[in-house]
Amino acid sequence: MKSLLKTGVAAVAIFAASAVHADEEANLVINEEIEITVRTDAPAHTENLSTIYSGWVFRSDETQALQMDDFENPGMIFVDDAIEAWNAVEGTEGNSCASCHGDPESMAGVRAVYPKWNDAAEEVRTMAMQVNGCRTEQMGAEEWKYDGGDMLNMEALLASVSRGLPIDVAIDGPAQSMWEAGRDLYYTRTGQLDLSCANCHEDNYGNNIRADHLSQGQINGFPTYRLKNAKLNGVQSRFRGCIRDTRAETYAVGSEEFIALELYVASRGNGLSVEGPSVRN
Amino acid sequence: MAENVKPRVRVPGNATAGEEITIKTLISHTMESGQRKDGDGNAIPRSIINRFTCAFNGEIVIDVTLEPAISTNPYFEFQAIVPETGTFEFTWYDDDGDVYTDSKDITVG
Repeated sequence: MKSLLKTGVAAVAIFAASAVHADEEANLVINEEIEITVRTDAPAHTENLSTIYSGWVFRSDETQALQMDDFENPGMIFVDDAIEAWNAVEGTEGNSCASCHGDPESMAGVRAVYPKWNDAAEEVRTMAMQVNGCRTEQMGAEEWKYDGGDMLNMEALLASVSRGLPIDVAIDGPAQSMWEAGRDLYYTRTGQLDLSCANCHEDNYGNNIRADHLSQGQINGFPTYRLKNAKLNGVQSRFRGCIRDTRAETYAVGSEEFIALELYVASRGNGLSVEGPSVRN
Repeated sequence: MAENVKPRVRVPGNATAGEEITIKTLISHTMESGQRKDGDGNAIPRSIINRFTCAFNGEIVIDVTLEPAISTNPYFEFQAIVPETGTFEFTWYDDDGDVYTDSKDITVG
């Protein structure tokens, strides 16, 4: 198995080296209708970047094209599944998502402001936590697994109705301490490779790390359909993959640390458009 | 019936006579190959879409045999020449005997 894997890696590397490079000047319009901001001035709190770019900019022409049309975007299949879940009554209270919220379109703008401070719960909540809050408190239903299939489908639906709207995550007020914790994590080197998030995504975006074209690590496109595993991927699972690749022991998906990091990284994308479900490699 | 199977089709609504149009189809389906094993080591039985056809006014445009190596949610994109106003009929045949259909009208003018 091991030698098989190695051959696989070598083949992938050769392929990638000859692959066409990304069109970094391209603009993204979905369904010839929704204009997406893929590059804009960095927000003031992102001191070390002058321009922020969506990860879409760094992908190959073919991958970019998949996201321009909902029919071609494999992530939209999962959105269809979530629409069924949206209307399905579950739990002891006899409610579905639709019972309180009506159409999914009424949630336009929600994805853009998460993670967000929740006054009643006195915590910063990611969208997944808020969905589970709804499920347990309003529906009397079981929680969904963090970054599990049902949850990612629902997050994809919520993202899809906000596409084109600018990310606008609040970093002040009660969320500030969490945001600062996230910023500390972002700049902390981890693992045997001694890498922080910033080493790749701030110092070296646009460069190749072996066969990978490094993006700025923006999360405006999550949940993301990845061609490598042919499914939707959650942002905290993606953090986990990155940190694992520094050969570090990772934090758990849904942990305080990752919530803080998600808040911080999301805020670095303030001004980009919500894009999810996006398509990446 | 396999779960969550949903056909999707995109055909332009209008065309000129003799125009070559692009048709896109996708069906959500697990396409279980029969080669995989579950957590207990038992083989997961094969369950795939094994045939896909597209017909225009009853005449076959494309007839495809699908094999187990085809991945989940099979997508087809192909061209067709439309001589007249009519209807495209799309049919997917499941291993379990189910047949899923969809149709689209096109106006030639």
